[in-house]
Amino acid sequence: MNQQSQYSEAAVKVENLEKTFGAFTAVNRISFEVKKGEIFGFLGPNGAGKSTTIRMLCGLLTPTSGAGTVGGFNIMKDQELIKQHIGYMSQKFSLYDDLTVEENIEFYSGIYRLSKKEKEERMEEVIKQAGIEDFRKNLTRALSGGWKQRLALGCAILHKPNIIFLDEPTSGVDPITRANFWSIIKEMAGRGVTVFVTTHYMDEAENCDRMTLIYKGTIIAMGTPEEMKTDIMKDDILEVRVPGADEWIDKLESLPGVKDAALFSTTIHTVVENAKIGSASIEAAFKMAGVKDYSVNKIRPSLEDVFVSSIEKYDKEHPAK
Amino acid sequence: MNLKRVRAIANKEYIQIIRDPRSLALGLLIPVILIVLFGYALSLDIKDVPLAIWDQDNTKASVDFILNFKNSEYFRIIGYYDNYRNLERLLNYGRTMMVLVLPKDFSRYLYSNQSVPVQLILDGSDSNTATIALGYAQSVVQQYNDKLFRKSSQTNLVNSQPISLDQRVWFNQDFESKNFIVPGLIAIIMMIIAALLTSLTVAREWERGTMEQLISTPVRSSELIIGKFLPYFAIGMIDLVISVILGRFVFFVPLRGSLIQLFIMSALFLTGALSLGIFISTVAKSQLMASQMAILTSFLPTFLLSGFTYEIFNMPQAVQAVTYLIPARYFIKILRGIYLKDIGMFELWPEATCLMVFSVLMSRLAIHKFKKKIL
Ligand SMILES: Nc1ncnc2c1ncn2[C@@H]1O[C@H](COP(=O)(O)OP(=O)(O)OP(=O)(O)O)[C@@H](O)[C@H]1O
Ligand SMILES: [Mg+2]
Repeated sequence: MNQQSQYSEAAVKVENLEKTFGAFTAVNRISFEVKKGEIFGFLGPNGAGKSTTIRMLCGLLTPTSGAGTVGGFNIMKDQELIKQHIGYMSQKFSLYDDLTVEENIEFYSGIYRLSKKEKEERMEEVIKQAGIEDFRKNLTRALSGGWKQRLALGCAILHKPNIIFLDEPTSGVDPITRANFWSIIKEMAGRGVTVFVTTHYMDEAENCDRMTLIYKGTIIAMGTPEEMKTDIMKDDILEVRVPGADEWIDKLESLPGVKDAALFSTTIHTVVENAKIGSASIEAAFKMAGVKDYSVNKIRPSLEDVFVSSIEKYDKEHPAK
Repeated sequence: MNLKRVRAIANKEYIQIIRDPRSLALGLLIPVILIVLFGYALSLDIKDVPLAIWDQDNTKASVDFILNFKNSEYFRIIGYYDNYRNLERLLNYGRTMMVLVLPKDFSRYLYSNQSVPVQLILDGSDSNTATIALGYAQSVVQQYNDKLFRKSSQTNLVNSQPISLDQRVWFNQDFESKNFIVPGLIAIIMMIIAALLTSLTVAREWERGTMEQLISTPVRSSELIIGKFLPYFAIGMIDLVISVILGRFVFFVPLRGSLIQLFIMSALFLTGALSLGIFISTVAKSQLMASQMAILTSFLPTFLLSGFTYEIFNMPQAVQAVTYLIPARYFIKILRGIYLKDIGMFELWPEATCLMVFSVLMSRLAIHKFKKKIL
């Protein structure tokens, strides 16, 4: 009941949102809803339209058509009002290289009109949260990628916005920084902040409450991680272990009942319509080739399996002209 | 408008300027370098020197004398007047450069054996042009004298110099070109600051990506532009002080007019020039493009068409028309007025009004043109 009311109003809601650049459609009439306090993952490969979507939501780009609200404000008209209520961290590092860590924080404190007292408090909190105490007086230029990203996140949430948009915050950073980011994100969501985060790291998607998969400007899958693995993924996944796995991919793909095969480090994940029929035909193929040292097991699909198979399904249905 | 935000931006911009030694050096060394360089005169060829005439005699002989100036390509007679007050105004306002006064007894003198004292008053502010113009006037008179003298073999004229020029130079009696150039340089310096420094400030942020973060905040266009404007305004005013001090104590250029007016007018021009720079920066979105646009649209026209390098009256008609669009034209006139003639924004109110219009328009345009949007 409590849960219900907290989630009742959408933090972000878009319908048929479209953005074209000349003849090219970067975002193709997408619709989705993000509930308050949710961690919402926006996933997709390079060029899928993630940044374009996030920029439209933050009032930086005007959509070509469609409708939507962020924090209750119209994304077509009230872009400046939206900017008063959100935090945004762009994909490209966008703080001032020639300012120190503290000066960057101070600058954004001024922009967000924090009082002197608030500024001092938030400065300490953000520096501590990001673990950048040692670099306070350093020029931002001198920080390595991971530390820059931590500072960028800190500046984006200085003013404690209710909705934050993070565009690939973890791309190209070390695992420790990634873990630090996700702990900050979860901590904020715990306080009721809505987090909209894009990434192309599929394993990070497990941290999200809900997610959509965007591909070529189109949303091709949406749901909780659980729904993605069960409802959306109708096919079964078989994990195949065989020596010289990479040489087997094409052969397995051509077998009847096998839709797709992809290499996952040393094993092959095959997508089959039915686990029993699929494993029988794979095992038969190995026996015919005289391979003895193999195993075929049905596994629970990972999100990555879901995404790979969704994308391939889309490509089959929409062959390139 | 929120002062906290303006201050945050101005402060950030200030830190960036002082951390970038190149731009700081550019900003503070430009006035020194230019003033020292231009300590030397520019030599110029002139035509169409504006000439006002008071013919007190108005006889066939006097009209005949004036005809020699009329037929010379070096002079352009802007009108005939009949009192000193009007002539003085013309000189003050820079509408004429030279005044010729023919005495009442011109023809009577001419046929007596005395020299006719023709009075020539010259605006010496621009010493180069003035020197050259004076030379032309002297040669016109000399030719006239020669002609009369040759004829005199038939008449009884024995005086070889029937006409004597009684020359008076106003404003810059000692013909010091630096007195003329230093005030003009102030306009050039301010334009360079605007063109070279300010034009990069917005474009740089787009190029580095810092603008994307900034426009996602509630900051307003006006706050952003004004915040960026302030530190450069300070540099421009420091440059003014440097120029005035260098001019006064190193080159001994006297400042006859009001220092306060000098600062007010400079602040006005600087506001317009900086806004133009910011406007260019906003339109360009890349630093290279911005600096090229700035040089083409603000620096070069100012240098060539403001009357600093070449006298405006000496330009072809079409180009003269264009000079009305160059704000520095008005500013330079005011600067020279203040420096050399002790006249300023009250006497030169049309020019002051043009400057006002320029800076108000430009600053509004800069703020208006800046959009908190990508693309
Ligand atoms: N301003 C623009 N003009 C023209 N095309 C653009 C523009 N911005 C983006 N695009 C194109 O739109 C498509 C989507 O770009 P977008 O940046 O949204 O992708 P993305 O999902 O964020 O990818 P990445 O993971 O590489 O950041 C790309 O093909 C891109 O080239
Ligand atoms: Mg992107």
